[in-house]
Amino acid sequence: MSELLDLVVVGAGPAGMAAAAAAAAGGLRVVLVDSGTAVGGQFWRHPPEHARSAIPTKDLHHGLRQYRTLCDALAAGQAAGRLELRLAHHVWSVVRDGDGFAIHMVDRRDAPREAATILRAPRICVATGAYDRQLPFPGWDLPGVLTIGGLQALLKGGGVAAGSRVVLGGTGPFLLPVAAGLAARGVQVVTVCEAARPTGWLRHPGPLLRNPGKWLEAAGYAAALARHRIPIRPRTAIISAEGGARVTSVRIASLTSDGRPRPATERRIDVDAVGVGWGFVPQLDLLIPLGCALTTSADGNSVIAVDGGQRTSVTGVYVAGEACGVGGAALAVSEGRLAAESILADIGAPPVLGRQRLAAVRAAVASQRAFGRALGLAHPVPPAWSSWLTDDTVVCRCEEVSAATVRSACSDGGAQDHRQVKQLTRAGMGWCQGRMCGPAVHCLTSHERAYTPAERIVATPVTLGALARLDEQPSTSHE
Amino acid sequence: MSHIVVDGEPLPFTEGQTIAAALVAAGRVAWRTTRINQRPRGVFCGIGVCFDCLVTIDGIGGQRACLVPARPDMTVTTEEGDDE
Ligand SMILES: Cc1cc2nc3c(=O)[nH]c(=O)nc-3n(C[C@H](O)[C@H](O)[C@H](O)COP(=O)(O)OP(=O)(O)OC[C@H]3O[C@@H](n4cnc5c(N)ncnc54)[C@H](O)[C@@H]3O)c2cc1C
Ligand code: FES
Repeated sequence: MSELLDLVVVGAGPAGMAAAAAAAAGGLRVVLVDSGTAVGGQFWRHPPEHARSAIPTKDLHHGLRQYRTLCDALAAGQAAGRLELRLAHHVWSVVRDGDGFAIHMVDRRDAPREAATILRAPRICVATGAYDRQLPFPGWDLPGVLTIGGLQALLKGGGVAAGSRVVLGGTGPFLLPVAAGLAARGVQVVTVCEAARPTGWLRHPGPLLRNPGKWLEAAGYAAALARHRIPIRPRTAIISAEGGARVTSVRIASLTSDGRPRPATERRIDVDAVGVGWGFVPQLDLLIPLGCALTTSADGNSVIAVDGGQRTSVTGVYVAGEACGVGGAALAVSEGRLAAESILADIGAPPVLGRQRLAAVRAAVASQRAFGRALGLAHPVPPAWSSWLTDDTVVCRCEEVSAATVRSACSDGGAQDHRQVKQLTRAGMGWCQGRMCGPAVHCLTSHERAYTPAERIVATPVTLGALARLDEQPSTSHE
Repeated sequence: MSHIVVDGEPLPFTEGQTIAAALVAAGRVAWRTTRINQRPRGVFCGIGVCFDCLVTIDGIGGQRACLVPARPDMTVTTEEGDDE
């Protein structure tokens, strides 16, 4: 595509697809980058285009009509020469470059070989989504214990179920589609342990009532679970997993109001796989080093602060989707549209949406955000979750740091946050850079503040070889 | 069906699957041992965030099996991916 880009969108999930499609429709020259092998992000995760007949996943999806509309809009942008899609490109850093930004990527189309490339653009829209939030428990590092997102990704992306008899646990509505998807592939989902109280929603009924689509979606999953006779146990958690080379059983227990296991309610269930997830952690790796202002979201995470048009505090940086707060795919799409409209307006280009449609998108964002907030409040991390840790429970999976070590870093070492714990214990210093243990270590050290991930210099490991070959690259690469 | 070669053994995969998906389809959820406590590890997050699933592919170490699409005759070695 031409040297003069108007916009780079990072992340081709619901938010990035909507932003890129609308910006291209508005006449901008856009590059849409994603590390995955297909557009769709987590919600519409698909096998790569050429493999869809071999791995059928249509029945696992929701809102496919909107997905196809967005795919068509992206294809129209490509046909018009205004949009370039770069799949299997992982952005590892975005830095200021003159009036705009340099977007550093590794091209992994020929993985495991990789090549570094750079794009330059006056503005970027970051739509990098989120990943599952994890809380350690004894045995959570056994093979066969996966995140619920991981179970879903294997199912939607690869057509495989990671077990035949599964218990799911954690909190939040995302447990339901995963249970329904597994059951649809013949997996026996023994039970779903939901730590929250069902009455949590009653304290904030407004947002639920104003989002009938969410009702319908939830009702659909509830019906699927009923059909497969999968019980949902409220105020229950998986408090340990046992096994050797693979998980063979879990212990579940009902919880007191602060999240302690109730004495004498423990039950053992035989399984060959387990799925756990406690909401999501937004993926902020590219945005924190740029200095984008943060705000606290209701689920206890720091998220990127945006104005009514998805603008961050840094001129030229726009954010859409879960990176500015978790609220589901519909919200992500609305935010993507809104971001594109702001970009067009800030450039002085005519809008894509008419006044009325724009007002409708803004109203949708407001009500879906309210829903997201209510979701965060109704599905909190149980305050006393750490009571189910034993001294030797691994907290940091990479550096194999135990709960006892983290606790003594706080009590004896005086560590006050996850960064100080990292210096004292190496928790968060391994391959994943604290992405898995960060929220848990944060909870173990400081209960009051929101979780802000440590600043990571690179969002993905890059080989020095790939960087060395970068030298003679033109400032904007052509393909 | 196409195959990759895992530790010298052929492993079938369906076009479009990642190496992790091919391993899981064959019933394997662990393929690596941790550095300190020698614990078995395999796929955990499934989306490239946790780095539990590390393998060596065509001689290149530190690869996330859950991200790399399987291609015919790719050689995968386990147990070598944990040395930074
Ligand atoms: C594993 C997983 C599975 C999920 N499945 C469901 C589900 O089945 N149903 C449901 O209702 N909700 C699901 N969710 C919640 C879901 O994240 C949101 O509802 C929705 O997908 C959010 O859209 P988004 O566009 O903000 O982000 P995402 O859909 O997460 O899209 C972000 C995209 O950015 C890409 N990306 C991230 N960082 C980089 C980078 N540095 N360089 C290049 N590309 C990058 C990712 O590959 C991804 O495609 C899931 C979440 C996760 C983590
Ligand atoms: S399973 Fe987490 S990175 Fe591959």
